[in-house]
Formats: sequence, C-alpha cells, structure tokens
Amino acid sequence: MKIAIPVDEKTLESNVCVSFGRTPYFLIYDVETKESIFIDNSAAASMGGAGIKAAQTIVDNKANALLTPRLGENAANVLKLAEIKIYKTTTALVKDNIAAFIAAKLPLLDEIHAGFHGHGGN
Amino acid sequence: MPDFMDTGAINMRIAVLSGKGGTGKTLVSVNLAAVSRESIYLDCDVEEPNGHLFFKPEGIQEEEISVKIPKVDNELCNGCRKCVDFCKFNALAYIKNKMIVFDEVCHSCGGCILVCPQKAVTEKEKVIGKVQKGASEQVAIYTGILNTGEASGIPIIKKLLSEENAQASKQIIIDCPPGSACIVMESIKDADYCILVAEPTLFGVHNLNMVYDLVKLFNKPFGVVLNKCLEEENPAEKFCLENSIKILGRIPFDNELGTLNSNAEIAVNKDEKYRELFSSLLNTVTKEVQHETTTNP
Repeated sequence: MKIAIPVDEKTLESNVCVSFGRTPYFLIYDVETKESIFIDNSAAASMGGAGIKAAQTIVDNKANALLTPRLGENAANVLKLAEIKIYKTTTALVKDNIAAFIAAKLPLLDEIHAGFHGHGGN
Repeated sequence: MPDFMDTGAINMRIAVLSGKGGTGKTLVSVNLAAVSRESIYLDCDVEEPNGHLFFKPEGIQEEEISVKIPKVDNELCNGCRKCVDFCKFNALAYIKNKMIVFDEVCHSCGGCILVCPQKAVTEKEKVIGKVQKGASEQVAIYTGILNTGEASGIPIIKKLLSEENAQASKQIIIDCPPGSACIVMESIKDADYCILVAEPTLFGVHNLNMVYDLVKLFNKPFGVVLNKCLEEENPAEKFCLENSIKILGRIPFDNELGTLNSNAEIAVNKDEKYRELFSSLLNTVTKEVQHETTTNP
C-alpha cells in the first residue's frame, strides 16, 4: 500500500506541508517496502486549480491513501472519484504521521474546505 | 468650440473607476447619470452591482449570459490527456479512464477543444449571470450580475458595453468594478474619458496610483475626483499636484451627503447644492472630452 503526504522538504524528518495543492513536494511512501519517493509538485505555481492538478499527481502515482492536514473541495472530489482514502495528519513531523497511520491511529479527514480560489490563505 | 459640439449632442462614454471599493464610484456614477439630460448607466461592477438600489429602475427585462464550457464524450476519448496538460487553469482531470471537467474553474478559452486529437471535446452552454435593463426617469439602467463563484465577469461586461451601442446619442456612464484587473480593463476599453475617484488617505493614494497606471497604459484621457474631502491635508490631492493630474472636482466629507447615500437616495434629486456640484463636474468632464477630441481627434 502506498500513501502520499505533502511535505516541506525531501526527507522523512520534514514537517507535513500545511497546503495540499501548493506544497513543494509529495512523499510517496510504500508501507510494505518502506520505500520513500519524493516528487516535485508541478501544481505549486499554478494560476488556479492547484488542488485539482496536485490530486491528479497523487492519482497518477497510484497512492491508495493521502495524509494531509486539510484539503479543498475540488481536490477532494478528484481523490474520491479515484477511491483514494483521505486521512488527517495529527502532528507536525512526517515520520510521526506515517507511524500513526501504520498503527491505524489517524482519523479520516472529514472537514473539506471550500478552497481559497485565488484568495491566498495559509 | 464649433456649434456641432453642443454638450447635448456629444456622445461621451465616461468610465468611473477606483483602486478599491468604497471610494465613491457608484456615488459619482449615479449622480452624473442623474444630472445628464438623457443617459445610460452601465453597472459593470458585476460582483456586487448596487447602482440599481439608487435608481430603483422600472420595467425590468432580464437576459441570461452564458459562456461555453467543454463537454467530453468518453466514448471518443482515448486518454491521451493533451487537454489536461494544456489547461492552464487546471479545470480538467483524468481519473479512472474518464475526463472530469470542473465547470467553475474553467475560463472558457476553448483550448481543450482545439488540442483534442479525437474530437472528443465539444462545447456546451453554461449560464454565469444576467443583464437587467430598466428605466428611471431619463436614465436607462443596465445592471450586470455575475453568479457567485464564477471565474470571470468579462462576458457580462462585454454584453453591457454592446448594449449601449443601440442608443448612441446618449451620455453613457460606466460604473466600473474596483481595482485594476482584467475586468476593469474590459470596462474602460472603449471609454472616451476616465474619472478616477480617490480618498484623502495614504491608502487612497496607493489605490489611486494603481488606476492612474492603468489609464496611462491604456492612453485614456482622465482626471481625478477627490471624494470625502476634509479641511485637513489631502494626500490624494498632493499626489495629483505632484503628477500634474487634472483635478475635476471635490466632494466634501459631509454628513448630509453620507446620509442621503446610505438611504439609497440620489443626492442631485434631493438637494440643489449637490445638483450644482455634479452638474459642474459633468460640465468639466464634457469640456475635457471636447478638448481631447479637438487636440487628439
């Protein structure tokens, strides 16, 4: 099983990025093989629709679950269509969230925000 | 001034703009339209049109405004994703062998239809808002209304500006959206003259500077109306003097005017002193436009 996480830096010691659509990188982590792949988020500098494009990247990298502190409506719709489970990160560090996910301690993300749509946010 | 340039005969398109909301665009636009002999008031502030609150137009007719958005035939689509890669707004996704279109993110550029090698993408209509027409005494009122959440009001503004052509002999006042983005550029594109409304604060100067840059870029003749003027120093006035910008008029920061305006009354219809103020402003602008047409025909 593969999980995807938006990350600030290309290391497991990194913090989870607060933004999904505009995170600089995604970590694709294979729970079985413990293999980590860091990919650039090509949506980070989009004029608009970053969440949609970032979600497409997650789908294309065949992740089965996404771990993120929050998520916009459009991105959530893409992920739901692709049947990717969405979990909410509960701590800052990437590695702690992976451990919590494996221990089945992460809650599902149930609050989907309406998106910032050009109005910034942080 | 030649005889044919009598102020009643001239067909001026005056755009009223400002760098931010709340400076007095609608106050100036509504009152200028109301003091004109015959006029058309175009509310291009499509995200929050409020000129109609003052005019209370009657005999309202509505027309829906649509844009074209893509429709995908998943039978024809072979999943090449050329459209997904092309879309700069990321309005398209390809999930589980199906194209997904995010209607509200689409800017109707039509690019996906052009790049599809399978001809799987066609157009369909989507309503984004409407134009309302009505009348109040000698003023024809056109209000552009953009539905909440839509990407761009420009198609509505294009419609508003094409409506005016039908009645070319009237004075046209264009109440612009705030700021200096594409939607404002579209509103002032065909204007003969731009009135910049400014507040007497440092923030007001910053916002004035934005629209000042815009009208210079568009090479439009323009002047400034100083709104909310107090006795004290006026940074917007100082900015005008430093940059040799024509000051067209001054509107006082005045409780009576504020009260009339908050009650959605048209000041020129309620008090002779405001009628004089806005008539004189209209005369000044008319002279400026005539001067412009004589020197830069």
